[in-house]
Amino acid sequence: MSEPILELTGLNKSFGPVHVLHDVDFTVRAGEVTALVGDNGAGKSTLVKCVAGIHPMDSGAVHFNGERVSISGPRDAADLGIEVVYQDLALADNLDIVQNMFLGRERGSGWLLDEAAMEQAARETLASLSVRTVKSVRTPVSALSGGQRQTVAIAKSVLWESKVVLLDEPTAALGVAQTRQVLDLVRRLAEQGLGVVLISHNMADVFSVADRIATLYLGRMVADVSTRDVTHAQVVELITAGRSGDLGLARPENATV
Amino acid sequence: MTGTATPRSEGAIADFGIDTTAQSTREAVRDYAARLRGGDLGSLPAVLGLAALVVVFWVLSDGFLTLDNTANLLAQGAGKMIIAMGLVFVLLLGEIDLSAGTASGVCAAVMAMHYVRSGNLLGGMGNTVFYVFVGGLLIAALLAVLMRIWAGSVLALVAVGIALSGAAPNPWLEMLLAVCVGAAIGVITGFLVSKIGMPSFVVTLALFITWQGVILQFIGDGGVFGIGTQPVLFAVANGNMSVAGSWVLCGVAVGGYALVVLGEHLSRLNRGLVTAPTPIVVAKIIAVAVVAVPATYALNLNRSSNDFVVIQGVPYVVPVVLVLLVAGTYALNRTRYGRHIYAVGGNAEAARRAGINVSRIRASVFVVASSTAALGAIVYSSKVGSVDPQAGGLNTLLFAVGAAVIGGTSLFGGRGEVFHAVVGGLVLAVVENGLGLLKQPAAVVNIITGLVLLLAATVDALSRRRAAVSR
Repeated sequence: MSEPILELTGLNKSFGPVHVLHDVDFTVRAGEVTALVGDNGAGKSTLVKCVAGIHPMDSGAVHFNGERVSISGPRDAADLGIEVVYQDLALADNLDIVQNMFLGRERGSGWLLDEAAMEQAARETLASLSVRTVKSVRTPVSALSGGQRQTVAIAKSVLWESKVVLLDEPTAALGVAQTRQVLDLVRRLAEQGLGVVLISHNMADVFSVADRIATLYLGRMVADVSTRDVTHAQVVELITAGRSGDLGLARPENATV
Repeated sequence: MTGTATPRSEGAIADFGIDTTAQSTREAVRDYAARLRGGDLGSLPAVLGLAALVVVFWVLSDGFLTLDNTANLLAQGAGKMIIAMGLVFVLLLGEIDLSAGTASGVCAAVMAMHYVRSGNLLGGMGNTVFYVFVGGLLIAALLAVLMRIWAGSVLALVAVGIALSGAAPNPWLEMLLAVCVGAAIGVITGFLVSKIGMPSFVVTLALFITWQGVILQFIGDGGVFGIGTQPVLFAVANGNMSVAGSWVLCGVAVGGYALVVLGEHLSRLNRGLVTAPTPIVVAKIIAVAVVAVPATYALNLNRSSNDFVVIQGVPYVVPVVLVLLVAGTYALNRTRYGRHIYAVGGNAEAARRAGINVSRIRASVFVVASSTAALGAIVYSSKVGSVDPQAGGLNTLLFAVGAAVIGGTSLFGGRGEVFHAVVGGLVLAVVENGLGLLKQPAAVVNIITGLVLLLAATVDALSRRRAAVSR
C-alpha cells in the first residue's frame, strides 16, 4: 500500500445548527481510486468542497504528502495539485472549450493572453484522453452534449500537474457508452499515479474501478475498506444502516445529524 | 485549405478525432448560418437595421444623407454611445447601472465648475459641500484599496489632489478631473453592489436620484455653466481633424486593423490553430476599408453652407470613439481581466471555483462604466457647449442601455462586445436625427425609439430561448 498523498483527520463542518461532518478521517493514496459512497445528505459533496477550499473547515487537520497544510480557498487547493470535477461541472456556457479549461489560470502575461499556447495544450490534453467527438476546441460549451461537457470538465482537471482529482458523480447523467469511457478515464488517471476520489451512487461503477471504498453515514466515516474485502450487499448495508457485521458504527441508531 | 498541424503535435492531432483547425470558405459560411439559426445573432440585426434606417431616411428626407448632417449625427450620438461602451462591461455581468447617466452629469458639472470658477472648487461649491465632496472622494479611494482596485484608488486620489490644489483651469486637467470623479463614483457603486450585496438595480436607482440632486447642488437651480468659450472643451465634439490628419487616421485605422487581423491569422495558420478561412479574413479587411476610405473622403469635403467658412475633416469624436472601441475590445478579448468578466457573466459559480475574485470583478466593472460615462459626459457637454442641471438626466442612461442592447449585448449577461454599443448608438442616433429632420414631434420620436429598443430586447430574448432549445 502506498503512502497517503492526502490525509484528513478529525474534520468537522457545520452549516449553522446543522452538523454535517463529524470527526471525519479520510485518506487518498496515489495510484488508487478511492470511492466515496453514502446516501443523499451523508456529506459527500460537503467533504469534497472542504478539500477543494470552497467551504472552510470548522476543525480538523489536512496532511498533503505527509506535510501539514491549510486550505483556505480554491487557489490553495489548486496550488497543492488538488482538482475537483463538480457534479454541475462548473463550466461557463458562453466560453469555448479552451477558455473553460484554462479559466482562472490563463497563460500569457497579465496584459496579453497567450491563446496559441492554451489552444495547443488543450488540444494535446483532449487528444491524450482520446476524445473524438468534439469538432473543434473553439466550440462554445453551450453547443456541447452532456457527455462532451463531462469530458471537458475532466480534461480541465488533468490539464494541470494535478496530484489528486476528486470527481463528484461524473457518470450520473451519462449513457452506457459514455459512462464506460469516463470510468476508463478514471482508471487511467490512477494508473498515471494520481490519487483519484470517485463519488458515486452506482455500485457497479464503484466495484468496477475503485481500489478502496469509503462510506459516509450521516456525516460520519463508518468504513474505509479495500474493495476486495467487501461485497456489494455489505456496502449497501453500510450506506443505508451505517453498520454491516463487524464493519461500521457500533451504535448507528444513536447517530444524529 | 486543409488542416495543417505543427510537426511537434501531429500525432496528437491525428488522434483528436474529427477536430479541424481550418475550414473551407463554404464550411465557414454554413457554420455561420447554423450559428444564426441557433440563436447566436451578435450584432447582425443591428447592422441590418442600421442599413435599413439609413435607406429609409435617405428616401424620405433630402437633408438626411448630406455631409453636414452626417457629421452632426456622429457628434450628437457620440456622448451616449461612449456611455453605452462602458455599460457593456456592466451588462456582461448581468448587472445594470441606472446611475451612469446622472453620474456622468456629476462629472460634467465638476469639470465645468472647475473651468467656470477658474479652478476654485471650494468657492464654487461652498465650504460644507466641498468638504463632503473631498470626503466622498477619499472614502472612494479607501474603498478601492479595500477591494484592491488600485486604478480606482489612484484616480480618486488624483481628483482629491486637483480639488485641493485649486489648480488653474486647464481643459486637459478638467477632463482628467471628470474621469477621476467618474472612477470614484464607480468605486462607491461597485462597493455597494459587490461587497454589501445589494442588487445593482436598487443601488443604482438610488444613486441615480442622488447624483441628480448633487448636480443640482453643484450648478444651482436654473443655473448653467458655459464651457463653449474654452476652445479645447468646445472642440471635443464640435471640432474636426485637418484633412491630412483625417487621412492619417483612416490609414492607421484600416492599416492597423489589417495588420492585427492578418498577422494573427497567419500566425495561427502557421501553428495549426483554429482559424477562419483566409478569404473571409481578407473580405473583412476589405469591408472595413470600403467603409473607411469613402467616409474619410466625404468628411474631408467642405460641408459648410456658408461660402466664407470652410468646414471639413473627420470630427474629433470619431477617433475618440475608435480609440475607446479598440481599448475596450482589447481589454475584453485579449486580457485576463476581460476573460474573467465573461466567465463571471456566464457562470459566476464556475468563476468562483476557478479562483477568480468574483466580487472584485463585479465592483471593477462599475468603475469602468462610470469612468467611461465621464468621457461621454465630456463629449455631450462639449456638443451643447454648456452643463445644466439636466446634464446626463432625462433619458441619457436609457438611451445608452438601449444602444448596448440594440447592438446585441444581452441583458442576461455573458454576451456582448464594445462594438455592439457603437452600432446600437448609431441606430439610435439615426432614429433621433432622421425623425427630427422629418419634423416629427417629440412624441413620435420617443415612441419610435422605444419601439426600436423593444424590438431589440425581443430579438435578444427570442435568440436566447432559441439557443437554449437548440442545445
